[in-house]
Amino acid sequence: MLVALFPTLSLVTVIHAQLCQPDAENAFKVRLSLKTALGDKAYAWNRNEEYLFKAMVAFSLRTFSNKETIEISNVLLCNITKRVSFWFVVTDPSKNQTLPASEVQEAIRMNRNRINNAFFLNDQTLEFLEIPTTLGPPTEPSTPIWIIIFGVVFSLVVVGIVLLIMSGIHKQRRKSKALTETGDVEDKYETVVTIENGIPCDTLDSKEGRINRAFAADGEKLTSL
Amino acid sequence: MTSGVLAADTLPGDSKDDERPKWDNKFQYILSCIGFAVGLGNIWRFPYLCQTYGGGAFLVPYFVALIFEGIPLFHIELAIGQRLRKGSIGVWSTISPYLKGVGIGCFFVSFLVSLYYNTILMWVLWYFLNSFQSPLPWSFCPPNENKTGLVEECQLSNTVNYFWYRQTLNIAADINESGTPQWWLVMCLVACWTIVYICVIRGIESTGKAIYFTALFPYLVLTIFLIRGLTLPGATEGLIYLFTPNVSMLQNPRVWLDAATQIFFSLSLAFGGHIAYSSYNPPKNDCEKDAVTIALVNSMTSLYASIAVFSVLGFKATNDYWACMDRNIISIINEFDFPDQSIQREDYLACFTHLNSTQSDRMAQLQLKSCHLQDFLDKSASGTGLAFIVFTEVMVHMPGSPGWAVLFFGMLFSLGLTSMFGNMEGVLTPILDMQILPKSVPKELITAVTCLISCLFALCFTLQSGNYWLEIFDNYAASLNLLIFAFFEVIGVSYVYGLKRFCDDVEWMTGRRPNIYWQVTWKIISPLLLLTIFVSYIILLILKQPMYGSWNPQYDDFPIKQEKFYPGWVQVITVMLSLLPCIWIPGIAIFQLITRKKGKGKNSWPAPDGKNPVNL
Repeated sequence: MLVALFPTLSLVTVIHAQLCQPDAENAFKVRLSLKTALGDKAYAWNRNEEYLFKAMVAFSLRTFSNKETIEISNVLLCNITKRVSFWFVVTDPSKNQTLPASEVQEAIRMNRNRINNAFFLNDQTLEFLEIPTTLGPPTEPSTPIWIIIFGVVFSLVVVGIVLLIMSGIHKQRRKSKALTETGDVEDKYETVVTIENGIPCDTLDSKEGRINRAFAADGEKLTSL
Repeated sequence: MTSGVLAADTLPGDSKDDERPKWDNKFQYILSCIGFAVGLGNIWRFPYLCQTYGGGAFLVPYFVALIFEGIPLFHIELAIGQRLRKGSIGVWSTISPYLKGVGIGCFFVSFLVSLYYNTILMWVLWYFLNSFQSPLPWSFCPPNENKTGLVEECQLSNTVNYFWYRQTLNIAADINESGTPQWWLVMCLVACWTIVYICVIRGIESTGKAIYFTALFPYLVLTIFLIRGLTLPGATEGLIYLFTPNVSMLQNPRVWLDAATQIFFSLSLAFGGHIAYSSYNPPKNDCEKDAVTIALVNSMTSLYASIAVFSVLGFKATNDYWACMDRNIISIINEFDFPDQSIQREDYLACFTHLNSTQSDRMAQLQLKSCHLQDFLDKSASGTGLAFIVFTEVMVHMPGSPGWAVLFFGMLFSLGLTSMFGNMEGVLTPILDMQILPKSVPKELITAVTCLISCLFALCFTLQSGNYWLEIFDNYAASLNLLIFAFFEVIGVSYVYGLKRFCDDVEWMTGRRPNIYWQVTWKIISPLLLLTIFVSYIILLILKQPMYGSWNPQYDDFPIKQEKFYPGWVQVITVMLSLLPCIWIPGIAIFQLITRKKGKGKNSWPAPDGKNPVNL
């Protein structure tokens, strides 16, 4: 029986090897940049990490297409380099073929975040070549920040202008009040000292003074030129 | 000969001394003049000129121009303002009624310049308001509408270009497509003019208080940037590149022309702003010392700023060089499946040459761009390009970017604001001196109306084609006219007013007679220099084709700008802009001639009551 097993096993591995090849049908290339992402805390890529990767891919396909039959052994890795990069395919458990690329792609896209987190990587350091990333919506607050700061600055300036204008008006009113006040004071001052030679000057209201009729007659005696 | 002194005592304006506003102290006046002279050009024009024209060698024509053109002209402006105690229009009509046009022209130029200068401040304010967030909005590309990728325009150019041309200006591809005013820019414009208003509301009473902050804050920020810049990697390369003298450049006449024009515009001469400022001085003030001090401070600030700017630019060039190398390294690693980070930057060159010799066909397929630090250092920028594109990109890479962005744009805003004060004084002081409005109209109202009118006119810069119009204003409205006015200033003072009379006035004000240096420069050297600069400028303008670079995403070579010719109606407006200020000089002179001839003609017959004809 062992003799019969051997050719079957080798046949299976040969078929598997044929399914997973660089640029094979429905195969994807994966590239990891562990040192760039983690620096000193980078872990080594070994068979256990490969096992986790296969598990994540199998999990994605199970949740996406609800095929409970997909096992870790259905995910095949090959051409692993020191980069670290490798190719993988997913075989259909019922047939001896690979699952279509579109299905695998959609499954990976749906669970990209979880796959990234499992390895402490992100979209740039764990690259699935030919699987585009879905960009998350930009996190914008309801009011852009610049409008808030604009409102603060603008209201401060407007308040300042109003204060300055009001203080200007206040100053003007005080100035004009002071002018009228000094005017009254001067009038009072004049009404006090206006008695000369016993004659109160305020009786002499007219600027021209009083006409002295004693002199007026003299002018008529002179002959006119 | 005391006739000059006696004549000085009886000049108009002396009787109204008490009513004229005064500076609180000398320091305020010096700070205001420095603030007016030190502006955005010191940060983004001087370092670019230094770099383009052979580094340290550029300082030679720069200082020659300063000594023979900048300082003498500056001294004249301060002296006539201080002596005649009026704004530009009043000063020139006092010197000679035929030269009143110079004053009116200066007034117009100040108005036009304040329009577009505040527009630049509007952009600075917009960037300032957007700096209070992390990550900075110009550090990433927004996703496109169906969220499949980033916006294409942003991917083809880069994030800072996209933020400037699309998210700030929303620029049209052609100057004919005016588009609509962009609401966010209109808001910033209104805010800018409101800030200018609150500072200028009572003339120098209010600007004098504001200047303490706005004039000194830029120096503080420059120092911080200098210290930070010098500690960044690559700073020394930038500084070496800036100051390495290339003496052969001095043979190029263009260098001398640009040095002379740089000194001229840097000191903000012929705007009428310095005349206005010094007219608020007490009559006996040492204007000679002030002129030399302020001019030297302005030049020193330019040098100081260029050190800070170039240490930062050296960092940027080093960063770009490293990014270029990293891109190449990643390409090589991915192609040959080497382990991650196996090639360091230091080994790149050795590795590259080795691979090129052994696997040249695969290397050729990669199409690697060659990386040289010199290429990145050569990429120079000036003007708005330096501030809004180059510097914004650098600040993204500096740790603590929002803080640096806030500081940088705050500094630019202060610098521009102090220059705006001078521009506004050049507009407001003549209005108030001419007394066309009754005294009961408060100064606050006049200032408000001026700011409102300017704001409304400046709305045309918030259109989608606004940036193209601003370039036109920048290139044609101010430069030629200022040169003409400066020439007439020197000629007017040296020959019409009389150099002897002027020297007597200066002696009366400062206590010592101007020495031979001043007299020779005022009489001969400065007018000749100005004439030469003016003629060269005109020749260069005529030779240069009236083209502009438009940002057109549909262009084949995008992101390179598409060169287009100015349409006919734009060229007409450009010519009008250049002529409008200086047309007043011959206009007023002819007007005065006509009125005088008419007046003389009237009094050639004797009056009916036998009295002598009145000499008008």
